[in-house]
Amino acid sequence: MPILEVENLSISFNQYTAGLKRKNIQVISSLHVTLEAGEILAVVGASGSGKSLLAHAILGILPDNALVSGTIKYNGELLTPSTQASLRGKEIALIPQSTNYLDPLMRVGNQVRTSVQTGDATLAQRAVFKRLHLQQTVEKMYPFQLSGGMARRALLSTAIVSDAKVIIADEPTPGLDPVVMKEALNNFREFADNGCAVMLITHDIESALMIADKIAVFYAGTTVELAPVEDFTGNGEALRHPYSKALWRALPQNDFTPIPGSQPHPSDLPTGCLFAPRCTMATSACSEEQPDMRNIRNGMVRCMHAT
Amino acid sequence: MRLEAKNIGFRYGNGPWLFQHTNLTVEPGEIVGLTGPSGRGKTTFCRILSGYEKPPEGKVTIGGLPIISKGMHPVQLVFQHPEKAVNPRWKMGKVLNEGGRPDLELLDLLGIEQEWLTRWPGELSGGELQRFCVARALGAGTRFLIADEMTTMLDAITQAQIWHAVIEIARKREMGIIVVSHEAKLVERLCHRVIELH
Repeated sequence: MPILEVENLSISFNQYTAGLKRKNIQVISSLHVTLEAGEILAVVGASGSGKSLLAHAILGILPDNALVSGTIKYNGELLTPSTQASLRGKEIALIPQSTNYLDPLMRVGNQVRTSVQTGDATLAQRAVFKRLHLQQTVEKMYPFQLSGGMARRALLSTAIVSDAKVIIADEPTPGLDPVVMKEALNNFREFADNGCAVMLITHDIESALMIADKIAVFYAGTTVELAPVEDFTGNGEALRHPYSKALWRALPQNDFTPIPGSQPHPSDLPTGCLFAPRCTMATSACSEEQPDMRNIRNGMVRCMHAT
Repeated sequence: MRLEAKNIGFRYGNGPWLFQHTNLTVEPGEIVGLTGPSGRGKTTFCRILSGYEKPPEGKVTIGGLPIISKGMHPVQLVFQHPEKAVNPRWKMGKVLNEGGRPDLELLDLLGIEQEWLTRWPGELSGGELQRFCVARALGAGTRFLIADEMTTMLDAITQAQIWHAVIEIARKREMGIIVVSHEAKLVERLCHRVIELH
């Protein structure tokens, strides 16, 4: 049984346009993700594809003007706002994307200690700092005294010392040098090997490949492909969706060739397949209705032409 | 006209030296990578090169002469977070023309659409905003561009789009580029040589 199951999730924001006029902007549409115990699922995609919103929806920390439909299950049980409130920080931990999430008026050592649930908090905090190559003097510092990479490691430490069953890491790697990055990623791997689960939200496919078991590719607020990590190889022939292939080929270690255009804005989504305007394989049928997720070759894809 | 940083040292007040005796030379048209562990002063070094910060030790010269502090600085810095580098209360047209009007060819190359100029910063994605920041930094007087983790926050497709444009422009104008990045693969792909800051 999956430890976390997101089904048919849609999120829209109710926004004021002019005066008292309001409109709904659909930012996530019919999204499916499952997370198994002992597994690392990497979620990759462009910024604005809804990766962070998914994390916030799972934890129930979306702003008040968000309308959420669909179901999120944790250990088979449906999550409600009250269960989310009791689980977050304890069973489900978030490593937030921005280092602004640190308390600016509290020494970072103390901040990390607050999330320790059993045992000696100070010892746990010192051990994790050592592991992530933070000097002991750092625990007495305030967030403004830290470099970007050090602040990022403080956030990582907070999740690592907690006894969470699920870690949702939202872009944990930018600003980290390779040595620390490897250490952080190894930590996630160990964590998963101990029977927990990690959702690694990132746009850095390379680091996702190092540790993930499966990769979910997001585009414009929906999952376009779910593929085992082994499929990200060569020229991307094993991948199913044209967007995943384009993303793979645009990496500096591959062709470094971009496709033209950019991801559509949520207020201006195309009808039908969301990728159709940039797709070379698109036919008239593609712009009629959004294709459903299909199972193909041990993965899933949202494209009618995929084979 | 080469960019030279000689014997640069930096510290806050009377605190410990963040780095000292740091040298860097970049020739026109050259692309140099700058890497190193976080917290060692890569960004501070870039801020010194581009005139945001005055070094307590050492000097920065272009073509052997000190950089004039008036007018557009010939070394321009593009930051990691475009949403923090634009005025949220200005429409994008005004943001773009902040340091003089960039030519249309440049906008085309960077894929900036005319329609975006009438939008607010909040209505554009990070990748779209970063294109504006690059265009703004590439005024006629720019001799060197520093890309401090310029595409770190962007997806691979947008990253490739922006870098292809920047390299094309650099080649045309004989402009030097300093690439600060943790992504070894990107640095390897782009740079003629790499310097590690310890």
